[in-house]
Order: sequence, then C-alpha cells, then structure tokens
Amino acid sequence: MIERFDPLKGERLRILDEDGQAAPGLDPNLSNDLLRTLYERMVQARAADAKALKLQRQGRLGTYAPSVGHEASQVGLASAMSRDDWFFPYFRDLGAFLTLGYPLADYYHFWMGNEAGLRTPDGLNIFPISIPVASQIPQAVGAGIAAKYRKLGIAVVATLGDGATSEGDFHEGLNYAGVFRTPNVFVCMNNQFAISVPRSRQSAAATLAQKAIAYGFPGVQVDGNDVLAVFAATWEALAVARSGGGPTLIEAYTYRMGDHTTSDDAARYRTKDEVQQWERRDPLARFRLYLGRKGLWDEAYEKEVQAAASDLVEKSVAEAEARPPASVDDIFAYTYAEAPPDLKAQRDELKASLPEGRR
Amino acid sequence: MIMTMVQAINRALAGEMERDDKVVVFGEDVGRDGGVFRATEGLFDEFGPERVMDTPLAESAAVGAAIGMAALGLRPVPEIQFMGFIYPAFNQIVSHVARLRNRTRGRFTAPLTIRTPYGAGIKALEHHSESTEAFFCHIPGLTVVVPSSPTDAKGLLAASIRSDDPVIFLEPTKLYRAEKQDVPETPYELPLRQAAVIREGRDLTIVAWGAMIPVAREAATAAEAGGVSVEIIDLRTLSPMDRGTIVASVQKTGRALVLHEAPKTCGLGAEIAATIGESALLSLKAPVMRVTAPDITVPLLKSEDLYYPGPERVLRAIRNLMEY
Repeated sequence: MIERFDPLKGERLRILDEDGQAAPGLDPNLSNDLLRTLYERMVQARAADAKALKLQRQGRLGTYAPSVGHEASQVGLASAMSRDDWFFPYFRDLGAFLTLGYPLADYYHFWMGNEAGLRTPDGLNIFPISIPVASQIPQAVGAGIAAKYRKLGIAVVATLGDGATSEGDFHEGLNYAGVFRTPNVFVCMNNQFAISVPRSRQSAAATLAQKAIAYGFPGVQVDGNDVLAVFAATWEALAVARSGGGPTLIEAYTYRMGDHTTSDDAARYRTKDEVQQWERRDPLARFRLYLGRKGLWDEAYEKEVQAAASDLVEKSVAEAEARPPASVDDIFAYTYAEAPPDLKAQRDELKASLPEGRR
Repeated sequence: MIMTMVQAINRALAGEMERDDKVVVFGEDVGRDGGVFRATEGLFDEFGPERVMDTPLAESAAVGAAIGMAALGLRPVPEIQFMGFIYPAFNQIVSHVARLRNRTRGRFTAPLTIRTPYGAGIKALEHHSESTEAFFCHIPGLTVVVPSSPTDAKGLLAASIRSDDPVIFLEPTKLYRAEKQDVPETPYELPLRQAAVIREGRDLTIVAWGAMIPVAREAATAAEAGGVSVEIIDLRTLSPMDRGTIVASVQKTGRALVLHEAPKTCGLGAEIAATIGESALLSLKAPVMRVTAPDITVPLLKSEDLYYPGPERVLRAIRNLMEY
C-alpha cells in the first residue's frame, strides 16, 4: 500500500475522511475488538494528557509536553507493533506508551520529576524518552543493526517531530539505516511546529516523507489524524523491516493542538482560525463516526470508555504521587555500575548536610 | 610476543572478539583498510563484515548506534578516527551514553568503548593533535582511560570492553609505535580506576599519563643525575581518578608536579592539584606545579615542538620545586 502513495507526487495515504467514511478499497477491515481497542487507547491518551496538564497547573507535575491531537498517530503506530519490536520514542508519545503497556503511573512519575518513572518495566522494549531532538534516531538504527546481527527478526521503531528532520542526527541516522538496510521504521510526527517555528522553516522539501528517497528507502506521508492510515502504513513498514526489506520513513501529517509544552503559549505564533480548522479534523471524532457506522459505538459505550479512562488516570496519578521521592542513594547509585570512592564520599557529605527526613 | 602499542590494541580487540561474540567493531576505515593507524588490521578477515563494520562518515551516528546496539545486548567498540573529530558525537556521549544508566535507574546501560587516537607529536595536520580529555572527565558516568605502553594498552582495553560502564579509550598516537614490549598473547585485564607507580622516588611526584610518560621518565632520569629522586605516577584511568595513589605518593615525597599535554586552564592538572591541596596539604614542601601545554590553539606541525611539553620544561619545574 505504501508504494501507491508517492510523496513526490503529493500523494498522502488517508483511509478515513473527516466524516469517518473509509475510502473504497483501503479499509484494512480490522477486527471489531481491535477497532474498539484503538478507540479506547485514544480516549485514554487524551484523558491522561488532559490530566497531566491540570497537574502541571496545580504544581503537581513539571514542565509537560502535551500530546493532544496526536492520538491517532501515537496509538496507530504502537498498535501495529508486536511485543518483540523495540521502540525509541521522542518526548511526545503518550498514546504510544500507553498502547505498548507502559504503566501510566510511571509515565506521570517521570514528568513529575523522578527518574524512576523512566525505568521501563522488564519485558517491555521501550527506550527512555529522548529529549535532545533527533538523538534517538541513530540509537534506533544501532538497535536495528544489532537486531539484524542477532537475527532476531524484529523491527525497531523511532518517533520524531518535524523539527527533528533538520537535525544532523536525522540525516546521519537515516543514512546509516539505508546503508545497513536496518529493520527500522521511522515515524515523523509532522505536527507543523517546532515550538513556534513552522514546518515551512524546517525544510524547503514539499514533504518530509520524500527525504527517505535520498537515503535509498521508501517514505510515505499519511494522514496522522487517521488512526487506520497510521496503523496500516506502520503495519506494512514493520512487516517489510522484519523480513529484511529495510527501513521506511512514515510522515504522519498532523497538528499539535496544544502548546509545545506548558511553558509555551502557541497563541503567540498561530491563529485561532488555523487551530479551529484542525479541530474539525479531530482524530477521535473521526474514528467515533467510523465506529458508529459499523455499529461499534453508541452513547452507552462512550460513557463506559470515558469512565474507564478516567479511572485509569486517577489511579495512576494516585499511584505516582504515593511513591516516595528519590533518596540521596537513588540519585548517586546509578552513575556507574559501582560507585568510585570519591562519589561515595560526595554522597556521604551531602547526606550529612541534610535533615534526617531528606537523606 | 614483541609488539607495539597499536599491535597490542589490535590483539586486545581480536582477543575480546574471540571471547565474546557480542563485541563488534565499527567506524570509518576500520574494515577492509584496517584503520588509518592499522589498529583493526586483519579483524575484517578474521571476524567478517558483520562484526567489523565500515560505516558512513558520521561520528554522532556511530556513537548513537553504539547505544542502540548495547540496548540489544552487544558490546560495541566504535572507533572515532581522531579525537579532533569526536565533537559531532558529543551530544550522544554527554546526553545519552554517560547518563543512560542513571536516567533509567539501571534498566538500560551503555557498556560501550569509544576508541580514539589522540594527542600531539606525530606532525599531523590541523585538528589531529588535540588533547581534550578534560571535557570527558567532567561528565559523570564516563570512564576515561589512557594507556602509555603496549602491555597496558592491551590489558586496559580488554578491561574497558568488559566494563559495564561506558569508556572513552584515548590512544596516544605518539606512542602507537614508539616502543615495543613483550606482551602476553592470551587475553588479560588490567584494572581500571587504578593508577600505577611506574618509578619510585623520594623527593618529588610527577603525575602524568599517555604520551607524557616518556617525557616524565626522561626528565626523572636527568634529575636523578642531579641527585633528585623522582616518583612517577601513570594515572591510566583519568576518570574516575585514583586519588588515593596520588595522595599517598605526595604524602611521601612532599612535592608534586602534574604534567599534561592539554592546555593548562581547567585541565586535569587543576583537579589533581586541588585533590592534593585537600588531602596532602601539610605534607607539601612547595606548591603543586603544573607543566602543560599553554592556553593556545595547537600550532601546526612546524611549531608543534614549541607547544608540546618536553623534558627540559619538566626539569626546570623540578628544579624550581626543589629550590622553593
């Protein structure tokens, strides 16, 4: 399917239109269970995101990068992954984390300011959130090289934003991926802004997907607000990757409905009109209409899904907030496999200067 | 077996690759060509292109890829062709390699060894002579290792590759072929984080590493003729630093001189002097002195001799210390 949409011709894969109508011949006909799971994950992601914003405003969570508007891209790509695949995220991936089974309490715990929240539970192949832009890309490529060397038959996914495509690590990483023909899928969340700088200031290329062509592998632009399109493209790219066919770049064309972070005010650099236009393309609304057409959605179901999401969110917040703060030992213990004597002395000196309760 | 340092490094790589099929070597020219200094010569034929990988010319990707390889269980040994070209990878090293263990509370680590030739003295062209080890010593989580002999190079590189911590392994280009030693053929480790007292003395301690070791030895021999007994500490691991060995030596000799080929300001000599000040002040008969490169850009090859500390400068410093 990917090859049918040529970014150089301005073609973009879209399965669901804004009224939730599936394009003829493109509907992947997913099972009812999976369709509902996609929807439920998107609802969870939106609820969890809204809660994080509230917590930040209340001083209970640190600076936060909201995911609102990205749910279809995040949930779509992660739902296509298998448990053995690896994920190298950027910093706006809440829906993907939830879908891959990362505990929401841990996710909150990290944004609340504790590294313990970045400790991926054993058994999950999720690398920690990467904040230096694009730096996760070469890492994902290295994982791809290792997967190939070890003949694991898995794929490695990296996410990135549109701004990341301007970074050297994007070029270096994708170039490596092409040369080593790694089992990578790169999903670029083109949400039109890198903080305030618009997509047009990142690249003169007509699409970001077409950059893949220069690295010797396919790129495809998909409607990032269409969970089925993101799912289908990722599913196909993962299958290609796992079977030795090499990497793919997917550009999920979407919009950052929120501010860059809670320290940003997007009203300074974009118009209400523009935001309203994108509200009409809301990924959840569109998918709800699609489910409704299939008889998989009604008000009672909606209530149930919302209640379950709210329950998950509240429980996760409570769990994260109940955790003890990092101790002095915690912040020293993981610098080296075995702390050198100097570091132990620094730790002890710090402890001696602290009141009993903070040691 | 009699060999140079670069051959010892080659044998360390081969030995570790034989021991552990998770060890992979990669970088620019490391494969077919065997590396610009021939450090990886023969490995491509011995272990194949999957384990000895020629890569695109991209230092950040090399180090970034090493992180991802380590996540999937490999022991990557990327080569950066010269230390002067490591800076594009600085972001990966500082923002990820050094802190991965901490930021994931031990779930992920980066047991990789970044090898890079460094330092002046081979009349190379611009950007090939810098000695910027202090950058890396400043970053918590990194281990910085510098060998000064073939025997040390083999044992320290093996230990670095086996270490669960990331290591920046700096290879003094001037010493690659300066000296031959009888190096054991079987793999062996020399302990990291342990300095070596390579010459015992009573009157004065020189702390040095890498290519400054032969300079220190030459000065010490000359000083001995003048009746001054010099002890030399080869630091070997620059960070985390073996402060105990330095302090014990200075407590014995009462005089300390730090010798490094990096510029003076914020160089490692400052850290060593501070350590001595904190822990051996009352043993000192004179201030801690530093003989270093000046705080200027490394000159091109015709003036390299002006920049690089030589035995004469060290001897002058020894005299000043003894007469203080």
